[in-house]
Amino acid sequence: MNINMDRRKVLKAGGSAGLLALFASVGLISPALAEGDRKAFFAKSMDEALSLMGVIVPENSDAIKLTVPEIAENGAVVPVSVVSTLPRVEQISIFVDKNPNVLAANFFMPGGTESMITTRVKMGQTANVIALVKADGKFYRASREVKVTAGGCGG
Amino acid sequence: MDMNRREFLQLLAMASAGGFLLNNSESYAAGDAARMFQLPSHGNVSLLHITDSHAQLNPIYYREPEINLGVGSMHGQPPHLAGLALLKHFGIRPGSPEAYALTSLNFVDAARTYGKVGGYAHLATLVKQIRASRPGALLLDGGDTWQGTGQAMWTKGQDMIDASLELGVDVMTMHWECTYGAERIKEVEAGALQGRMDVVAQNVKTTDFGDQVFKPYVIREINTIPVAIIGQAFPYSTIANPRYFVPDWSYGIQEENLQLVIDEVRKKGAQVVVLLSHNGMDVDLKLASRVTGLDAILGGHTHDGIPVPIPVKNRAGTTLVTNAGSNGKFLGVLDFEVKAGRVVNFNYKLLPVFANLLVADKRMTALMDKHRAPYQGKLSEQLATTDGLLYRRGNFNGSFDQLILDALMKEKDAPIAFSPGFRWGTSLLPGSTITMEDLLNQTAITYPATTLTNMTGAQIKSVLEDVGDNLFNPDPYYQQGGDMVRVGGLEYTCEPAAAMGSRIQDMRLNGKLLDADKIYKVAGWAPVSEAARDKGGEPIWDLVARHLRSEKVVKVTSPNQPKLKGVAGNPGMV
Repeated sequence: MNINMDRRKVLKAGGSAGLLALFASVGLISPALAEGDRKAFFAKSMDEALSLMGVIVPENSDAIKLTVPEIAENGAVVPVSVVSTLPRVEQISIFVDKNPNVLAANFFMPGGTESMITTRVKMGQTANVIALVKADGKFYRASREVKVTAGGCGG
Repeated sequence: MDMNRREFLQLLAMASAGGFLLNNSESYAAGDAARMFQLPSHGNVSLLHITDSHAQLNPIYYREPEINLGVGSMHGQPPHLAGLALLKHFGIRPGSPEAYALTSLNFVDAARTYGKVGGYAHLATLVKQIRASRPGALLLDGGDTWQGTGQAMWTKGQDMIDASLELGVDVMTMHWECTYGAERIKEVEAGALQGRMDVVAQNVKTTDFGDQVFKPYVIREINTIPVAIIGQAFPYSTIANPRYFVPDWSYGIQEENLQLVIDEVRKKGAQVVVLLSHNGMDVDLKLASRVTGLDAILGGHTHDGIPVPIPVKNRAGTTLVTNAGSNGKFLGVLDFEVKAGRVVNFNYKLLPVFANLLVADKRMTALMDKHRAPYQGKLSEQLATTDGLLYRRGNFNGSFDQLILDALMKEKDAPIAFSPGFRWGTSLLPGSTITMEDLLNQTAITYPATTLTNMTGAQIKSVLEDVGDNLFNPDPYYQQGGDMVRVGGLEYTCEPAAAMGSRIQDMRLNGKLLDADKIYKVAGWAPVSEAARDKGGEPIWDLVARHLRSEKVVKVTSPNQPKLKGVAGNPGMV
């Protein structure tokens, strides 16, 4: 437990701005976005977002492991992890199909990067979370439902 | 346990004549009485299992549900069987003591014949008896142990912690325990439980780094055989109960992580691997079909008294799934025969704890008396009497909940009331006095505030749909395991097998359809939000106690139930 506490302190002391700068400097966050990818963040539907990103109906893939809670503990911060074993992954995107803006996150993966991302997304209601992976020029997807509930009345 | 009513009464006569005390004052073991709980040991690894006692230290009555519907693939499958359908499925004779323990059939008559069940002093005697023929057996507690009575609430579970240690619980997992707050749990784990009882949960992690909050498992040797007990806390503690009690912990089913833990303990040499689970039985049945390497899941949460384990096939073998009821009614005994490093056979018994047939353990009684003394006066206050049976359990409503709803509507001057669909809460026979203790047995929680909320018809529907989906979603992983929110004043129709959003139909107040845009006053209690906590409404027990004192005699009528659609012939209904 001591080690963990130290880790917490270090990160608190370090501050999030510093970390973001660090991630950007090693290429984990790329400021440059293609026009379609930028516009996709404003798309109101899956169809619109996929078309802006130049995606033709992607196929489902077992090589994408999408980890989400079955029921969200807090709709404001729903943890999402995507791990892919597809070769030559270039991009991992996360969608929430019933959000007002369906594209929640878009990660560009420089060559040689391990294909694993973890983030939090905001969800207003029960919806499908969709992971889209671009690998070797082709798109693949995985989808899971996450329930958002008012809570109470258990047990 | 195979005995009829006549044999039970013979034993009872012997017990009341002191016959059981002749040979051994610490146990009922003498003569014929032993047959009641006679259980020759099978095999070389034994696990004793209790769960969901909800802090009921004393023997109580607990009526099982007359309605426990299964939808989709769970239709007609255990645990979704009630009454005769349950008895028939498991080959139990109607009218037998076991039928009394497992169903609601002829409950009042059966309760007067067979008496109260459970009680830690009686359970202690039984545990000692069973352990005597099973050296090295472990006693596992599935949680919901520290909550459910006024006394447990006032002592923050201390009475139950001490009683569990006295009973000899070796390993536990948790659910309602979290409503005393993270700090309290960690303080007890590092204090009273240290070196005596392990708290295990593979599915509780910190929200920041995902660090384990508890040990995911323990490996103990039983007769030189390494046995792994993996813990599974209730996955939805932060949703079904207030998040603010455990703000830095994250739960969930964590199926993938469970598989990693199973693989790890097998690699470490565990020859028997069990999951001590608070998932609820439907979730356990699905989980057992998806993970490999578990010999058994010893389950709780949904309070299902299931007399035989359900074998569930998965990719690599078969996992047994059990559920050991609630309120101290049952002791589950699982014997494994382990040969050449693996389980080759098993035997399971779910023993009902018939208090009248067991001598109360003296040490446990003394401990219970000590804890009760400061609260005796408050608990024994007589509030009213009831002319009918008061109970809670059932999918939609119970007569005790109706009493709470009536009190809420009257005291808050609201036409509609909601009360949570908890599955704990004991039963009172007709003619009983309702004491403060009885009322707290239905209401003792750490977020007891009553509320009065203006809701539109549309909002009311959305609440009912939301809770209905927690109960009837065809995928168990999306269920939370409580029952339907109890509704006072409002009439409605429920179609359990319909899709989310269309289960709740024809909502009417005084015969008039509810208007989606009109605002209605709705009384309730047990809000989970921080905002509601900070408002500080009157605790539910104070409100109901005031109502009872003025009523003096409770006239029990049929509780308000929705009309049900599409459930004709469902065996989960008496």
